[in-house]
Amino acid sequence: MSDILLVMEEIDKSFPGVRALDQARFELRAGEVHALIGENGAGKSTLMKILAGVYSKDGGRIIYQGKEVEIPSPRAAQDLGISMIHQELNLMPHLTLAQNVFVGREPRQGLRFVLDEKQLNAQTQALFESMRLRLNPRTKVADLTVATQQMVEIAKALSFNSQVLIMDEPTAALTEAEIEELFRIIRELRDKGVGIVYISHRLEELKQISDRITVMRDGRYVGTEDAATIPIERIISMMVGRTIYESAPEVPEEASATIVLEARHLNRGHVIKDVSFQLKKGEILGFAGLMGAGRTEVARAVFGADPLDSGEIYVHGKKANIKHPRDAVRHGIGYLSEDRKRYGLALGMDVEANIVLASFQKFLGKLGVVNKGKTHETGEHYVEALSIKTPSLQQRVKNLSGGNQQKVVIGKWLTADTDVLIFDEPTRGIDVGAKSEIYHLLNQLAQQGKSIIMISSELPEILRMSHRIVVMCEGRITGELSAAEATQERIMTYATQRRVLMAENGASEHSGAQEV
Amino acid sequence: MTTTENTATTAPAKRSLFRSEAAQKLLAFGALIVIFIFFSLASPYFLTKDNVIGILLATAVNGVLALGVTFVIITAGIDLSVGTVMTLAAMTTAVSITVWGLPIPLGILVGLLTGMLAGAINGVVIARMKIPPFVATLGMMMIARGLALVIPAAIFGSVRPVYFNDHPIFGQIMMGSLVGKLLPSLPIPNAVLILFGAALVAAFLLAKTVFGRYTVAMGSNEEATRLSGINVANWKTLVYAVGGLFSGLAGVMIASRLSSAQPGLGAGYELDAIAAVVIGGTSLSGGEGTILGTLIGAFIISTLTNGLRILGVPQEWQFVITGVIVILAVYLDILRRRAR
Repeated sequence: MSDILLVMEEIDKSFPGVRALDQARFELRAGEVHALIGENGAGKSTLMKILAGVYSKDGGRIIYQGKEVEIPSPRAAQDLGISMIHQELNLMPHLTLAQNVFVGREPRQGLRFVLDEKQLNAQTQALFESMRLRLNPRTKVADLTVATQQMVEIAKALSFNSQVLIMDEPTAALTEAEIEELFRIIRELRDKGVGIVYISHRLEELKQISDRITVMRDGRYVGTEDAATIPIERIISMMVGRTIYESAPEVPEEASATIVLEARHLNRGHVIKDVSFQLKKGEILGFAGLMGAGRTEVARAVFGADPLDSGEIYVHGKKANIKHPRDAVRHGIGYLSEDRKRYGLALGMDVEANIVLASFQKFLGKLGVVNKGKTHETGEHYVEALSIKTPSLQQRVKNLSGGNQQKVVIGKWLTADTDVLIFDEPTRGIDVGAKSEIYHLLNQLAQQGKSIIMISSELPEILRMSHRIVVMCEGRITGELSAAEATQERIMTYATQRRVLMAENGASEHSGAQEV
Repeated sequence: MTTTENTATTAPAKRSLFRSEAAQKLLAFGALIVIFIFFSLASPYFLTKDNVIGILLATAVNGVLALGVTFVIITAGIDLSVGTVMTLAAMTTAVSITVWGLPIPLGILVGLLTGMLAGAINGVVIARMKIPPFVATLGMMMIARGLALVIPAAIFGSVRPVYFNDHPIFGQIMMGSLVGKLLPSLPIPNAVLILFGAALVAAFLLAKTVFGRYTVAMGSNEEATRLSGINVANWKTLVYAVGGLFSGLAGVMIASRLSSAQPGLGAGYELDAIAAVVIGGTSLSGGEGTILGTLIGAFIISTLTNGLRILGVPQEWQFVITGVIVILAVYLDILRRRAR
């Protein structure tokens, strides 16, 4: 293990409004498993998608097997022997394993357009055998577990004779036993001289499988270390290592102690596992964790958007039966989705209409006619109170900036008399200036006695805003920290605390079947 | 050979018959049999040789249209233009034989190519210009309807049917009976043979060729198909062209059946064709469907129409009942999926 297979250097990439990669670099040897890690948004996937031909780089060089190469398309990457297994599986559920593995390269017979299914299955069988996978090439992909589909993706990648195999969070949906199986295959590939890039959030796992670890942060290269010797604490501090610490939040003493909302033992499939928490009046409760930790799922369940398998929700001490978002609204709970454009706003409608949208009944006159004067008044009130920058109340929401759209959503929920507001990634896609305005607004709301749950993947944001922090990992609450105790390192430790033993093999068993 | 135990190789979950792949086909086939038995008991005139042959004949044109639509729907698309494209193809066939004096086989070829060209244009508009299939083929439906009226108007100065009076043999394409020549007691018209022949070709295309494979792949996961290096735009265009080819064939068939090209005909045929495909278990969300299913679906529709007419149910009610059957068929399909 010494040959340098691949070097990426000085890679730049910008998306509209975001500098995703800034002089990023990466090096891969033949026959090594090289882990690439970093917080959400650190640029890991972007860097690897450039290598796989999905994105084009703005600047920098890729040197592969000693030569500088351009990789304009996934096909070009495959021809070079570079394959990527994306986070979201790219298989065709209605086709068989064999048909998936060799799609686009099917063996033909006689006339050129007739398929040779026998040969196809035989080739696939041989491929599976070389990986020591016991799979029937004739099985349909839809009938497989996610884990097995993952294996099929790997087989497909290998059938291109890949020298470089990139895996983006391959274990996210796997059980412990399935991960072992995956690791066995990864080790075999490594021993055959394949260079493997392994993107993951699970630090314990990285120590097990990888030879070297490269850390990225904010689109930049931080460092590369030997996996065997580096302590996990050191990895975490490399990942989060920001020097500027935001000012800690001013926590009102004893946060008035009245419990406004309480969740007890919430369960939903394998995404929410025995989640309990309390929210006090005037409190900002931060929900931290990595992507997919189950935070949004908890919020949606509390809001009645997804059904719970079990568990109870208490509002102001009384048990609340929340089966539908309108029940939640009646109990004074509002949810501000991370995807404002899809769930939070009627983009084509104007500011005024959006603000009164969730509480139309309040504005109806005797004959069921909307009282225009009253909606106008309310609209004006919130535009002023929240300082929404809009030329007029009649401006269509889609023409506003992200920050102002977020304020319109807040105005909407305030109009609906909510006193619990759940913010899911409140500053996603909002520029820095508007961010601090949103923060200011959240603090104001809390001071006015509203209770706030803030889900955020940005640790500085969580630390700056939260009075108390709950950390989730894989559907469980793994820790709770007061504002005083919380540090980025502590949060990350809780956020990566995987349950080693997962009993529910059956839970993910059927998640493979695609709902069509 | 050493094989380690592979935990990933769990057997596919057991499924009840209702949930299985074959269930939809069995369901449709079962429904066809139930309908047959019901009408046989309800009327002595239903299960007679002449009437069954009548049902077969009545299925031919709609069946061929539905075969073409099956490919399109498997890609998660839709083709609303098949009915009027059929009429346009009937018109070009009729004009090329009776006005231009082309030999009959060439006239047929003109009809087939007309359909294929219309389909190919659909394909380009959908795959290259990225216009949704519903809109693109709605446009083509109107265009073809207009052209089928424009052509006779330009040639004869008025919109009128074009008759094959000087070519009685043309009518024999559909209504002659090769089977009847061999077995005089079984005068099955050629139309039925054409339907089954076309179905065999379609089934071969879908199951055994690269074309069929990519049709399913695109419908199952278009992005994955693209990432696999397949030229999705080209293959999709071809799918619509093949759909158009079947419409062209249906056009030749209906011209022969009526010994004329009727310019005003055709609107509404696309809905019967889509209904047949859907009843036959092809999923509108793409990725799955079979030719046999479509054939059964087409037979269910024509059997219902025939049986209800024999029982004296007014035509208006026949529409209502067919509509209910379509909804039921799709609902059963949804239940089956949900159970998975």
